[in-house]
Amino acid sequence: MTVSFSMTVNGKPVKGECEDRTLLVQYLREHMGLTGTHVGCDTTQCGCCTVHIDGIPMKSCTMLAVSADGCEVTTIEGLAKDGQLHPMQDAFRENHGLQCGFCTPGMVMSAIGIVDRHRGEKLDEKTVRHELEGNICRCTGYHNIVKAVLAASEVMNKA
Amino acid sequence: MYEFNYRKAASLDEAKDLFSKGEDAKYMSGGMTLLPTLKQRLARPSDVIDLAAVPDMSGIAVTGDTVSIKARTPHAVVAANAEVKKAIPALAKLAGGIGDPMVRNRGTIGGSLANNDPAADYPAAIVGLGATIHTDRRTIAGDDFFQGLFETALEEDELIIQVDFPIPDKAGYMKFPNPASRYCIVGVMVSSKGGNVRVGVTGAGACAFRVKEMEDALKANFAAEAVEKISIPDGDLNSDIHASAEYRAHLVTVMAKRAVAEANG
Ligand SMILES: Cc1cc2nc3c(=O)[nH]c(=O)nc-3n(C[C@H](O)[C@H](O)[C@H](O)COP(=O)(O)OP(=O)(O)OC[C@H]3O[C@@H](n4cnc5c(N)ncnc54)[C@H](O)[C@@H]3O)c2cc1C
Ligand code: FES
Ligand code: FES
Repeated sequence: MTVSFSMTVNGKPVKGECEDRTLLVQYLREHMGLTGTHVGCDTTQCGCCTVHIDGIPMKSCTMLAVSADGCEVTTIEGLAKDGQLHPMQDAFRENHGLQCGFCTPGMVMSAIGIVDRHRGEKLDEKTVRHELEGNICRCTGYHNIVKAVLAASEVMNKA
Repeated sequence: MYEFNYRKAASLDEAKDLFSKGEDAKYMSGGMTLLPTLKQRLARPSDVIDLAAVPDMSGIAVTGDTVSIKARTPHAVVAANAEVKKAIPALAKLAGGIGDPMVRNRGTIGGSLANNDPAADYPAAIVGLGATIHTDRRTIAGDDFFQGLFETALEEDELIIQVDFPIPDKAGYMKFPNPASRYCIVGVMVSSKGGNVRVGVTGAGACAFRVKEMEDALKANFAAEAVEKISIPDGDLNSDIHASAEYRAHLVTVMAKRAVAEANG
C-alpha cells in the first residue's frame, strides 16, 4: 500500500508518496537525498536521526513519514541561512564539538531544542548533560559538545 | 518492519470502526513503543490506526482537587506544565524523567498505560496516587488497571481517553533508572492525602503494585525512617541481566525512603 501526504521540509513544500511503513528518516534520506540525518541504531536510543517537527526535536527513525503530513520538518541541511551557519553549528565548530561527526547532526538538532526550552535562562552544564541523554556519541566527545551547547546558548539568547 | 495499512482516524468512532474491520489492528498514539516493536519485527499488525487526528484527546486541566490529563498528552507537556508542577510536583518530575527529551516529545500517557511495560514510570503514579482511568466506555480504578506483565484491564478495542489524578497533600517520586534505556529498574511513588497513604512501585514486579506494610508504617509516621526497616519479599520480583530480584527488593526500600524524604521536602 502507498500513502500520500504533504509537508514542508526546510521551508520548501513537498508532496510525498511512499509505502505506509516508510519511516520519516528513510523518506528524508532515500527519497529526498537529505543524508545529513543519520541512523545510528535500531532501538530509538542514539538520537542521530533527530529532526525538528514544527520546531520540536523528535527521532525521525521512530515516526512514520506519513505522520509528518501537514508538518514543518527541519533537518540539519535547513539550519544554515544565506551561507551563514546556525549559531549552534558555529559553536560546534569553534569548540571542536565533533570527532567523526556521525552523531553531530542529531546533537545539533537536539541541542537547539535544549536552548529553546530554556529561552532567556542561563544554561548550566548539568542541565545540558541531562537533556542530551537522548543523543549518544560513539566517539564519546561529550565534553566539547557540552561546551559548544553552552557557548551557543549565549549567542542564541542574545539574538 | 513488516507491511501494514496505515489508517488515520478522524474521530473515536472511526478509530473503533477501523479497529474492528482490521484483521489484527493496533492503535498508535506517540508510536514510541509501537514503532520500535514493529522495527524489531516483534509484531505484525494488519493495520496501524493513528489517533493523532482524533480531536480533544490531548491537554491538561487542573480543577479543585484533580489533575486531569488526556490520553494523547506527551510526557514533555506534563513535565513542563506549570499547574501540574504546582499541584503534584512529583508527577511532573516523573514525566520529566521518562526516557530522553525526544521520547518525551512524542510518547504519551495513554500509550504508556495501555502498553504497561513492567519498567514504565507512569504505572507507579497510577497506583501511588490512586488515579482513575477513563476509557471510551467506562471508568477503571487505578488499583484494578494493571493485571500482569504487559496486561491491563482494557478490552481489545478499548481506548483510554483521560486519566484523573487526585491532588495529594504531599507526594514524592524516586526512580533508579537503567543507565542505558532510562527505564525504571525500580521506581516508587509515595503519597499522603487526608491520612491515607499510598506506596506505588514500578519496575520491580510483573506490573505496578502497592506495599501495604509501608503504607501502614507511614500512616503512623510519615517519615523516611518508618520504611527503612521494611523489606519486601523478592520471590515474585523480576530478575534479569540488569538487576537480580534480591537487588530489586533492596531498591524498593531505598527508593521508598528517598521518595518519602522528597515528599516531606
Ligand atoms: C529510548 C526510549 C526510552 C524510553 N524510556 C522510558 C522510561 O524511562 N520510562 C517509561 O515509562 N517509558 C519509557 N519509554 C516508553 C515511552 O514512554 C513511550 O512513549 C510509551 O511507553 C508509549 O507511549 P506512546 O504514546 O508512544 O504509545 P504507542 O507506542 O503509540 O502505543 C503503545 C501501545 O499502547 C496502545 N495505545 C496507545 N494509545 C492508546 C489509547 N489511548 N488507548 C488504548 N491503547 C492505546 C497502542 O495500541 C500500543 O499497543 C521509552 C521509549 C524509548 C523509545
Ligand atoms: S537512529 Fe533514531 S534514535 Fe538511533
Ligand atoms: S563525533 Fe563521532 S559519534 Fe559523536
